[in-house]
Order: sequence, then C-alpha cells, then structure tokens
Amino acid sequence: MLLVGCIALLLGWMGIGLAGLLRPRSVALTGRFLFPLGALLGFALAGLAAASLVGGGIERLIVPLGLPGLPAHLRLDPLSSVFLVLLGASSGGISLFAGGYFRAGEGTPPGLLCLQYHLFLASMGLVLIADDAYSFLVAWEVMALSSYFLVVTQHRMAEIRSAGFLYLLMAHVGAICLLLSFGVLQGGSWQFTFAAMRAAHLSPGWAAAAFMLALVGFGAKAGLVPLHVWLPEAHPAAPSPVSALMSGVMLKTAVYGMLRVGLDLLGPPVWWWGLAPLILGLLTIFYGVLFAAVQTDMKRLLAYSSVENIGIVFTGIGLTIVFAGSGMKAVAALALLATLYHCLNHSFMKSLLFLGTGSVLHATGERNLGRLGGLIHRMPWVAWLTLIGTLAIAGLPPLNGFVSEWLLLQSFLFADHLPHAFVNLLIPMGMALVALGAALAGYVMVKFYGVIFLGQPREASLAQAHDCGWLERVGLTWLALGCLALGLFPLQVINALGAVTRQLIGAAVPQASPHWWLLAPVPGRPVSYGPLVFLTATLAVVLLTVFGVRLTYHQRVRRGPAWDCGFGALTPRMQDTAEGFGQPIRHLFQSFFEIERELPAPADRAPHYRIAIRERIWKLAYEPIAGAVERLANTAARVQQGRISIYLLYSFATLLVLLAVALMS
Amino acid sequence: MSALDWITQVLEMVVALAAAPALLGWVNQCRAWLQNRRAPSLWLPYRSLHKLFHKEAVIAENASPLFRIAPYVVFGAMVLAAGIIPSMGTRLPLVVSADAIALVGLLAAARMFMTLAAMDVGTAFGTLGARREMMVGFLAEPALLMVIFVASLVSSSTALPAITEHLASGHLGLSPGLAFSAVAFILVLLAENARIPVDNPATHLELTMIHEAMVLEYSARHLALMEWGAQLKLFNYVCIGFALFLPWGVATGHIGPVGLLVAIPALAVKLAAAGAGLALIETVSAKMRVMRIPEFLGTAFLFAVLGLLVHVLLGA
Repeated sequence: MLLVGCIALLLGWMGIGLAGLLRPRSVALTGRFLFPLGALLGFALAGLAAASLVGGGIERLIVPLGLPGLPAHLRLDPLSSVFLVLLGASSGGISLFAGGYFRAGEGTPPGLLCLQYHLFLASMGLVLIADDAYSFLVAWEVMALSSYFLVVTQHRMAEIRSAGFLYLLMAHVGAICLLLSFGVLQGGSWQFTFAAMRAAHLSPGWAAAAFMLALVGFGAKAGLVPLHVWLPEAHPAAPSPVSALMSGVMLKTAVYGMLRVGLDLLGPPVWWWGLAPLILGLLTIFYGVLFAAVQTDMKRLLAYSSVENIGIVFTGIGLTIVFAGSGMKAVAALALLATLYHCLNHSFMKSLLFLGTGSVLHATGERNLGRLGGLIHRMPWVAWLTLIGTLAIAGLPPLNGFVSEWLLLQSFLFADHLPHAFVNLLIPMGMALVALGAALAGYVMVKFYGVIFLGQPREASLAQAHDCGWLERVGLTWLALGCLALGLFPLQVINALGAVTRQLIGAAVPQASPHWWLLAPVPGRPVSYGPLVFLTATLAVVLLTVFGVRLTYHQRVRRGPAWDCGFGALTPRMQDTAEGFGQPIRHLFQSFFEIERELPAPADRAPHYRIAIRERIWKLAYEPIAGAVERLANTAARVQQGRISIYLLYSFATLLVLLAVALMS
Repeated sequence: MSALDWITQVLEMVVALAAAPALLGWVNQCRAWLQNRRAPSLWLPYRSLHKLFHKEAVIAENASPLFRIAPYVVFGAMVLAAGIIPSMGTRLPLVVSADAIALVGLLAAARMFMTLAAMDVGTAFGTLGARREMMVGFLAEPALLMVIFVASLVSSSTALPAITEHLASGHLGLSPGLAFSAVAFILVLLAENARIPVDNPATHLELTMIHEAMVLEYSARHLALMEWGAQLKLFNYVCIGFALFLPWGVATGHIGPVGLLVAIPALAVKLAAAGAGLALIETVSAKMRVMRIPEFLGTAFLFAVLGLLVHVLLGA
C-alpha cells in the first residue's frame, strides 16, 4: 500500500507541474500555491517512505506502462525508502523556498519552470522505485533532461548555455556506461528486471566489468573525479533552488544506483572491487576541497564542496565493499551506515547553503565573494540559519556533519584487521586524507561564511540588501532543523537505517549502550558519542561563564569605532577578499592549479590585479579528447558533400555491395 | 557512576581553570631565566585577567552578536575539553559522550568561532589573523587526529580514558608508532598554542601575528575570556600529551580519594617539567617566516602518518 501511495504522490507532482501551464506567466499561482503544495507532497512522501523503512518490508508492483510487453516493475524496499525520505524531506524545504524565490522575468516563465521542476522531482522518485533497467533508464533520462532545462533557465546567456551543454554531455557519457552495465548484468537471460539480474550468475570478469561500468556511469552523475567537471559549471548556472536540488538530492540518486548495483544486483561483492571507489573517493575528497578553497564565486565554491562530500560518500562505499568482501560484515554495516548517514546529512546542509547563497544573490545581485561582506547585519535570518549549515558541513560536533565523519573514521579504525597486507598500508593514507579533507573543509567554510556575512560591506550597494521573505525563511528553517535533528538524534536515525544494512550486508550494527541518547555502534570497544549530552554540557559551561562573569563583574559596554591597532586609514577594501583568504592554499598546492595572473606594472596609473584558476584536467584530458572527437568528426564529414548526385551514388554503391553479399551467401 | 566520579569530573575542570594561568606564568618565568632576564611573577597572568575583567568593554560599532558570543563559546569549549581529557582520573562521566575525535571536533569548533569573530569587525589585521590561523589549523588538526589514531589503534578505542588506562597498564616502553607520533604531537602543540617557532606570543609587530591579530579588537572581559581560553588550550594540549604518552600517576579505575590525592601532585610535577621543556624549546628556536609554517606542520603531519604506518606494519 505504501508503494501505491508513493506512486500517487509522484503522479501528484506531475499534476502540479502540468497545472503550472494553466497560467504560465503567473508568479502568484506557482509561487504562492503550486510550489508549497509540492512541498507538502514531498513531506508526505518522506513520511510514507519513513513508514516503509521502519516496517522494513518489501513491496512490489507491476504497472502496464510503457511499451507493449514491457511493463514497468516498481519496488519499495529499505534502500529505496532511505533515499525517498531524503528526496521528500529535502525537496520539501527546497520547494517552500522556491515558492518565495522564483520571480517573473528570469528567462523561463514561471509556469514552465514549475513543470520542469516537478517533473525533475517525480523522475528522481521514479529512479528510486524502478525495479527494471528499462524504467530505471527512462526515469534517469527524464531526470537528466528536466534538470538540463532547469540549469539553462537563464538561456539568454551564452556561458549558461555552454554550462548546460557540458552537463548534458557528461550525463549522457554516464548514461551510456549505465546502459552497458545493465547489458552485462542481465547475464544472457535477456530479462531486464532487477529480479532477473539478482538471479543471474556472472563470471567474475563480467561481474567486475559490470561494477566498473556502473562506477563510471554513476560516478559521472555524482561528480567523482575525474568526471566532476560539469558540477562547478552547472551549479552556478542554475537558479539556487535548482542547484540545491541537484547537489542535495540528484547526486544522491547516483549514490543510490551505485549501492543498488554494487551491493544488491551483483550479489555478494568481491573485496577488491571496493578499492576503485575507495581510491577515487579519497582523491575526490582532496581534489574537491582544494579547489573549493581557491574559488571566488560562492556557488562554485559550494559545487566543489559537493565534489568533496561525494568523495566522502564513495570512500564509504569503497570501505563497505572491501569489508563486506572480506567477511567483516559488522564493520561493513558500520561503513555503509556512515555512507548513508553522510548522504542524508549532505542533502540537508548543502541544500541549506545553496539556498542561503540564493537569498544573497537575490538581495545583492552578486555571486562574487569579493563584492560581498557584512550581510549578517542586513540579512540576519539568512546569516544565522546559514551559520548552522556552515558549522555542520565543517564537521563540528554536535551538528550532523560530525556524526557521519565519526562513523566513517570508526570504520577506518577497524581496517588493521583486514586480511590483505597491501590494503592495510593504504588505509593510513586514507585516514590521513579524510582527516585532511575535514580540516580543509573547515578552512573553506570559514572563508565562505566570513567573506559573505561578516566584516564590512565591500560595496556601497550592499547597504540596500534586504532579508528574505517568509516562505524562504520557512524553507531555510526546515533544513536547518534537519541538520540539528540529524546531529542530535543519531541513534534513532541509525536504528531506522538498520533495515538497509540488513538488506544489503545481512548484518546490523549492534547498539552496545542501553541509553537512548548514546551512540555506541562498535561492539566490544568502549567507543561512544552522545551529542545531546555534549550539547547540554557545552551550553551549561557557556551559560555558567556568562552568568559568572555578569554576577562577579559589571556589564558595562561602550561602542566605538574599530580600533585596528590605531591605524585608522584602513578601508573595507583592505579586508581579505576571497582570493586573499585562499592565498595560502593556492601557494602551497600550486602544482594542482593552472594559475593565470595579471600583476600591475610599477608605473600603472590604474593598477589592476586579476587571477584566474583553472583545473589542469582540462588541458590534460578533456581538451585532447574533445580535439580528437572533433578531428574524427571532420574526417567523417568529408563523406558529406551536399550534392544529391553524390548521395545517389552512395545508395547505388550500397545496393551493389548488398547484392554481392546476398549472392555470395 | 559514583559520586566520586562526578567529583573527579568537576575537579578536573576546576583544576584546569585554576592552574592554566599558572602554567603560562611558569613557562614565562622559565623563559626569562633561560634568557638571563629577571622573571615576572608566577601570578602575573592572574593579575592581568583580574584587571581585564574589571575594565569597561569597548566594542566596535559594526560588530555583530557573533563577536560577543565567540569569547564565551571559545572559553566554554576549552573548559569542556578540560573535562574530557583524563588529566587526573579516568572515570569521567562526560567522556562517555565525547571521545577523542569529538575532542578534536570541539577544539576545531573553538577555532572556527575564534576565526569568524576575528573576521567580524572587518579589519585588515583581523582577517589576516583568521586566514593564518586556519592555515595553521588545516594541517595541525589532521596531524593531531592521526596522533590520536595511532594511540586508538594501539588500545582499540577512541575514548581517551580507555587509551590512558591501556597505556598506563601496559609495558612501559613506547611503541615505535607512538614514538613517531610523539614527535608529531610536540610540533602540533607548538603550532596550536601559538608558541615560538610558529607564532610569537610576546610580539608587538602586527604583521607577524597570528593569535594576537585575531583578538586585537577585543577588550576587557571578552579579551580576558579569550586569553584565559588560550591558557586553557595550552593546559589541555599538555594534558592530551600526558594522556597519550606519559599516562603515569593518573588515577585509573576505582581507586578512591587516595588515588585522586596522588594524582594532583603527579600532575603538578609533570606540568612543571613540561612547562620547563616548552620554555627550553622556545628559547633555542627562532620564529620562522609565515610561509614556512606549512612545511613545519607538514613535517608534523608526515610524522603522524608515518607513526600510523609503522604501527600497522609492526603491530597488529
């Protein structure tokens, strides 16, 4: 029954989308009515999926849709439920925000935008409940296309069109790999239902091939290095709610697909498969966070931060497979928990941050960090809610980002029991990279928050900035509350996720503590974490300090001009810009970046400093590949002469060849 | 959880609060003696704090509430951290809720609030200090985490008391992995507490400052809390070092009030020795240029990773 409810809600989303076409230019209809209604459906979907997750059952349904003889198989199991909860809960917050965000005159008319948006939501839902390769790929393609149209909302700008093209291209490179992967997975039965794939017996070589193809296909969607190049282009191009949806939710559908293929369809995994996602994931963490640290565009910075977080998730997937393949089921379950938990966390905190940048963008019209500053005074709602997301994504206790990193590090600490000597040496490097990534994420987030919201306004026009509207506030608050709840009640979340680890690994993480507030997931080791006590103790100490100071001494405060060591002549332009704050990283990791710098000459009347940073991967890999494709296409183009007599000649020659072939055989 | 455990818990925080300024005073005294100067009084840090608390606070006009909250958060985090580190006893009720990874997270949270507050007023020196502090932090924090991981792998737990109990009960020699991490830890301690090769706590030159540049805009009680917090941070780091590498004298298990009474003088002796050692290091080394700091901390990070590798290769 829950599955039928989910399908009804997905159909409801499509209906809302179509309703937007009734009055395509009306912001009042879409913004005040349709988007909030979509948000309600999202919350309902999250509720239904949560009920299914707690029940732990599996529901199947065959719907006679699509081509004759190819009905759509649908299925709701714990794995899809988790991701449906993620989809419903985060998209609810994002839709509420979007209701207040979209305005007239932003490229695509609001009604059409509403259709694309809700089609995007419904297709993501369908990806999660599809139970055969056919409907999965159809939903996957609808998801890619609808999000492409959302990315190019501002289609009058050339760079946004080219960003959209890059996104579409990478989406299809990935889709081809998925197609091939499913082709291998059916294992000669020519049945494309997932049930048949689970039953198929593949030889080890073919199974590995299917896994690696899936890794490339889903990795391209998720943004795994070196297939991440579309993310930093597409996220800044899209309107902020769409960026939030793509980064917060769509990337997770790729993670879902990876888990579905790697741990479910392929049966018990072989341990060395896990090395590929593990190593790529670790590289992605480091690469993503380094580039995030040197960005000057706030949405681009967040896009690279998403790359980093996807790296954490794939590291978790890799560890899960290595442990599960080595027979350490309890630890594999722990690593899988960390993976799923981080997906949930990232979906809330990254959506929150992207929406925060959206509000800033609306209020100031500026995406460049170097022209912002001091917005905490003008936009307190956005600033304080974004602070929660900032602290969460920096992995600070007692917020949610810390929980998943804690779980991941705990599962790393079991790695010295692995029976593979070579991998044992890899693990310390892995831990070092995860730790370094977490610390650098803190650097990135201080830069992000400090430059946008703190300090003095770097431009005079920022004085006119205004706080966001009430629908936007509700959406932001919902996501911030999600970050808090996921951080403070990890045990309840983990108990709910237990159904997934039982389904995929066949083991659950035991709870070694009798207390409901204490997370103790490691059997036989005195390891525990209690965020509620942690928060209470921190608050108690801080409040005691406040009252202690107040009671013992006076409370006199005087406001005066900033002291600044008495220099006095310093202006707001002398604060660190984004380039300035990222300078140590740029300097230290020079060899990673392709830096183009324009320095002013000594006698310059109007000195100007400009620095542009690109990824080396463009010159090393993508541009040669694009060049080769273009040369190949040019060679093939010689066949096309544009004269009808030539084409008739081709037809005649083909006919002759076919006749010859027919006569020979 | 007996009443004695709670007493130990509160005692640890109170002792940290009371002794942290004295530790700094002691380091300054030793430094003065080593440099043939007349030493300031051991009680000078207390007098400075007292004076600061009595003054009227002057806050910049454009400071946001974050600026006023930050000193309390930083100070509170350091007090809480003192309660998590087993400096005298290992039966601490709070530790169940916060293991060593959470401790590193707590220290990172304090750092984050401090840097955000430094950027809040929007002065050139504040942002400069914040940027440098994060530059120190992004290498020092993972190095500290790796040091803790070596000890965690040795003792199969990330809870600091369990680590201390395991190391205190076992053989006396350092394991090779721990030896590497001990070197890494000393480097991290110097960097995190703004000591000499990395930052000069006595500098008056703004351009070379790290920690001092961040608190330039603070005055009176806010400055007092920041300073006290920094003293607590030094105290905490030294105690983390004791917990990981010199766990002797700590009351392990249910020893009772006698064990606690032994633990206090043991801690005092260890602190005095560590303070003298710190002063010696600071006297024989010179402050390095800012862009050399990552090399210094990179060395610490590499040592910590080496420690882990050595442990995995030899141990297990």
